[in-house]
Amino acid sequence: MNSVPALVVDNLRKTYGNGVEALKGISLTVQPGDFFALLGPNGAGKSTLIGILSSLVNASEGDARVFGVSVNRQRNEAMKLIGLVPQEINFNQFEKPFDICVNEAGFYGIPRKIAAERAEKYLKELRLWDKAQMQARTLSGGMKRRLMIARAMMNEPKLLILDEPTAGVDIEIRRSMWQFVSGINAAGTTVILTTHYLEEAEQLCRNIAIIDHGTIVENTTMKQLLSKLDVETFVFDVAGVPGELPALPGVTLRRVDEHTLEAEMARTHDLNSLFSALTARGITVTSMRNKTNRLEELFVRLVEHGRNGTEQTA
Amino acid sequence: MSNASANLVALNTVTRREIVRILRIWTQTLIPPVITVTLYYVIFGKLVGSRIGSIDGGFSYMEYIVPGLVMMNIITSSYANISSSFFGAKFQRSVEEMLVSPMPHWIMLLGYVLGAMTRGLIVGALVLLVALFFTHLHLIHPLMVLLSVLLGSAIFSLTGFINAIYARKFDDVALVPTFVLTPLTYLGGVFYSVKMLPEPWQSISRANPILYMVNAFRYGVLGISDVQVGVAIVVMIGFVLMLTAFALYLLKRGVGLRS
Repeated sequence: MNSVPALVVDNLRKTYGNGVEALKGISLTVQPGDFFALLGPNGAGKSTLIGILSSLVNASEGDARVFGVSVNRQRNEAMKLIGLVPQEINFNQFEKPFDICVNEAGFYGIPRKIAAERAEKYLKELRLWDKAQMQARTLSGGMKRRLMIARAMMNEPKLLILDEPTAGVDIEIRRSMWQFVSGINAAGTTVILTTHYLEEAEQLCRNIAIIDHGTIVENTTMKQLLSKLDVETFVFDVAGVPGELPALPGVTLRRVDEHTLEAEMARTHDLNSLFSALTARGITVTSMRNKTNRLEELFVRLVEHGRNGTEQTA
Repeated sequence: MSNASANLVALNTVTRREIVRILRIWTQTLIPPVITVTLYYVIFGKLVGSRIGSIDGGFSYMEYIVPGLVMMNIITSSYANISSSFFGAKFQRSVEEMLVSPMPHWIMLLGYVLGAMTRGLIVGALVLLVALFFTHLHLIHPLMVLLSVLLGSAIFSLTGFINAIYARKFDDVALVPTFVLTPLTYLGGVFYSVKMLPEPWQSISRANPILYMVNAFRYGVLGISDVQVGVAIVVMIGFVLMLTAFALYLLKRGVGLRS
């Protein structure tokens, strides 16, 4: 493993002019080649952190280093290493995708000939080449998001930051975007992702930080975090729900409707005994599924824990 | 790649993008000033001017106002270009493309200023060309013409950039042209010689920077000026330096651009 971390965030604080303290001294490290999830509810401080990393927001205190280069003291050098896909559409809607990409490369000092080759490469990979000479405002929402990924790749960054890149994008396009980004990551680019689709983070990311109210409430590997989950909720489709639900040891049953039951139980609980107990009480299960993805449950608990200020077991 | 060549590529990109924009919307950027100034030439130069007689050393009124009108259009076009383009980039947030790049602030500023000056110079050339249909002009001091055009255009490009930095809505972009630029231009000796004004208005007029631009240009074209040409050049260079320093300070602080 490379000895220089891809990103070191060191006691970063941000207080806006209106007094809002968006970041309260957060620190984290992202290793090179990682696919790192940065999660948190709205207003948690994720976008402020990304803004500081990309120099759009001035930190009040602390620093961040990208592959050892300080964002505060060596801004220009640090920016050469970063590619940013922001949350909001932020290209000139009257320009053409090809020009948007080539100009972006130009801002990074990449000669026009190389820029044109890269624009073609990434627009093709993101299935936008046939739209390259159309005005960007005529693109669909999903195409605009893909265009921002292509644009962020023009300087072939070592660290790609994606701030909710799939918001409002349909499932097919979302999958193709993740296929592309996974390929980039596999080729060595470090990726930091924020998303509200937690199943995406669970599937793609190896490490995770959860931020809430400007502080890091969890920073670990995805595997370790998921192993903390001790309770799971299953949804059973049943032939018929009896009027009175049976009391089963270690399981909390809830009636959702006439043909649906929810069962919350410890992860260690034996599912065979649950099925036997249900069968013994005349309840026939026709199918079952997890109520939510596991990361979502943990996320909600961690964030709620932070808000209530009480100890909870994840 | 060295920083110098990377900066050159970045500068070329910003400037080129501005020029492409000017040419893409040429009906908005290049044609309106030509139509307006043609009306000025016809109404003030020909119809009214023919009754005024000679002015300031035997020049026809038409000859007298052409340099002022050319400079006025250079100034307003440069200003309009940079303020609308840079504020538009802020409004659409496409300015973030540049702000997150390693491009130094001075390159971004220079690129926008060069783009705005290009529009000023194209408009100035068109307006001068139209003037040739109405009067004969000889450039008495071509170098002075060039110097005054470049400095005047640069001053108002920088002013437009600063205005766009502070602007929060499109109305703010229109404030300076309406309440500052237009009055100063019309009171800056475009249509008359300030020597015609009684005191204290003559002295007050000398506080107007546009007076120096118009007269430096008029000196280049006709060889006459209400102010000392050397003073005019020094004043303009002073404004360029001061406004550049202020614009770079605002960019460094991230005023209106970074949180």
